[in-house]
Amino acid sequence: MAGYPAWDQDSARSIIAGLAHLEGATLPILHALQEEFGHVDPQAVPLIAEALNLSRAEIHGAISFYHDFRTVPPPRRVIKLCRAEACQALGCEALVAHLAHDHGIVVDDHSGAADIAVETVYCLGNCALGPAALVDGELIGRVDAGRLAELCGSQVGSSHAGARA
Amino acid sequence: MNPVAIKIFVPIDAAALSVGAEGVAQAVLREAQARGVAIELVRNGSRGMLWLEPLVEVETAEGRIAYGPVAARDIAALFEAGFQSGGTHALRLGVTEELDWMKRQQRLTFARIGVTDPLSLSDYSAHGGLAGLKAALAMTGEAIVETVKASGLRGRGGAGFPTGIKWKTVHDAPAEQKYIVCNADEGDSGTFADRMLMEGDPFLLIEGMAIAAVAVGATKGFIYLRSEYPHAHRTLQRAILKAENAGILGDSVLGSGHAFRLEVRLGAGAYICGEETSLLESLEGKRALVRAKPPLPALQGLFGKPTVVNNVLSFSAVPWILQHGAKAYADYGMGRSRGTLPVQLGGNVRRGGLIELAFGISLREIIEDMGGGTLSGRPIRAVQVGGPLGAYLTAGQLDVAMDYEALASMKAMLGHGGIVVFDDTVDMARQARFAFAFCAKESCGKCTPCRIGAVRGVEVMDRIIAGTERPKNIAVLRDLNRLMTDASLCAMGGLTPMPVMSALNHFSEDFDRPLPALAAE
Repeated sequence: MAGYPAWDQDSARSIIAGLAHLEGATLPILHALQEEFGHVDPQAVPLIAEALNLSRAEIHGAISFYHDFRTVPPPRRVIKLCRAEACQALGCEALVAHLAHDHGIVVDDHSGAADIAVETVYCLGNCALGPAALVDGELIGRVDAGRLAELCGSQVGSSHAGARA
Repeated sequence: MNPVAIKIFVPIDAAALSVGAEGVAQAVLREAQARGVAIELVRNGSRGMLWLEPLVEVETAEGRIAYGPVAARDIAALFEAGFQSGGTHALRLGVTEELDWMKRQQRLTFARIGVTDPLSLSDYSAHGGLAGLKAALAMTGEAIVETVKASGLRGRGGAGFPTGIKWKTVHDAPAEQKYIVCNADEGDSGTFADRMLMEGDPFLLIEGMAIAAVAVGATKGFIYLRSEYPHAHRTLQRAILKAENAGILGDSVLGSGHAFRLEVRLGAGAYICGEETSLLESLEGKRALVRAKPPLPALQGLFGKPTVVNNVLSFSAVPWILQHGAKAYADYGMGRSRGTLPVQLGGNVRRGGLIELAFGISLREIIEDMGGGTLSGRPIRAVQVGGPLGAYLTAGQLDVAMDYEALASMKAMLGHGGIVVFDDTVDMARQARFAFAFCAKESCGKCTPCRIGAVRGVEVMDRIIAGTERPKNIAVLRDLNRLMTDASLCAMGGLTPMPVMSALNHFSEDFDRPLPALAAE
């Protein structure tokens, strides 16, 4: 996925202003900011709080409660790997072990500045064609070690011509 | 489009896309053009035979002929074999409607899915769409509510509460503003019916919600959709726009004078938002902490106003009921489980997918007859029904009927109708540990039994797996489960003991395994 523009207070402010009229606008605003910048910068907290007449604590609370929101820019590629029961029944945990052993990728490890991150997700609704993963908004079924290696490989980019809407 | 063009169907359902449907669609277009064959490519929903995806269909005088599973590289050979007129090829399956999987079903809610173009309103109307809403608009709100009540429809989201009674409460509550909220936070592992419905027939959900709005006097609705479903999100947004342009949504629903507007809102990766009160908190823009009940959402729901909160499948069952009558719906099913249930079969199963049937079929018929047993070919060992909070059943318990009460009598639950199959390589102590770990990760944190209990549960399971004082720790486990069941605020903490206790009671040998030589994961 292409890089995101650097955090910009003015454009953040205009995104917030464009959505502040919605009933319960907090999540739509957080999603819009993350879509624009790849993350929700902590500098957004006072802006949103002011626009919605809420406390900073309430906005911070929402950002930190939901698994989706990031407060730092994402790696170049994020692979969301399903580790719920249906995918467990088809060996997703062996894929997790394989990633660590053969590729040195620890699932859900956010400590380094890794180029590629694999994150746990619980259920992608593809339970009859698991193991499943979500990459750049596209669902991938019947993931095996080879496919996962391909997704993690640096050459990936546009090479998986399969599922593009 | 050329009127003599051959209609070819390639699904746009996310599961079909996940195994290459987009590449197949592109290959069909390329190959048809290269050969000068006039085709109309329809991107339909999935028929639910997911092991056959991508499933390509061709319209012929005989009916629609299915081919599958088709890869992009098969397309040239298919054209060569004359598949555009239903020709013979190794991938030819026959007339879609005549396939055993399709013939055995009773598709009411899913009747159109896989058949029509999901975003074509003319296709929708031509296949019975809007008939329920039109019938509802000729009735009083009270009469609509009575019809839903008489149909016996119970919420398909998991709790199984009678839908008509919920609607009656909202109908009778005096308020200047009421809301309709669709719970589309389908987070249970093993479930995908909501997703398939939203991607395959989004106008059906819109129609069902509009009927609810007219029935109770609500003017605003929200579909709270989980962020894990980006395809469904795009489809719903397009469908809502089309419905607005066609006057189905807006100031005057089909010219009736009833106003109803609808918005899709995305969740942000929190399983707890499938719980209705925490979903409402999230819609209001807050951390999704579960609310204590009472007050019921029907009386004080979204922004404190009377609110109908129902699952995608519950709303989507309503148009059929209004179109065909309450009795016609209630004639399906058994006991207090009336109508049909979209069953979702997944996990380690050869033929997984969606099956809509009247309540009452046994788990064994579904898994063995329709599903063909495990994908790995190994024996079935455990089956989890009803999502991550549902019980694990043994291969010997599969004769139970798919019915709310029948499963409850076995200390199991039907939930949202998801079935996940495991073969004999599964370690049930590890599955019990996972149930706690999942609860610990996804707990909203408001009540102590769930927040702390789940963490303690992981610790206790780790000790049991490691062989530390097993009898004592199993006693602690039972005690902890009782406490979580009795004292948790909602089903998250209250039902996590269900998978744990079923694993312990039915698969106790896994809690007493000889220790492995290495403590490797």
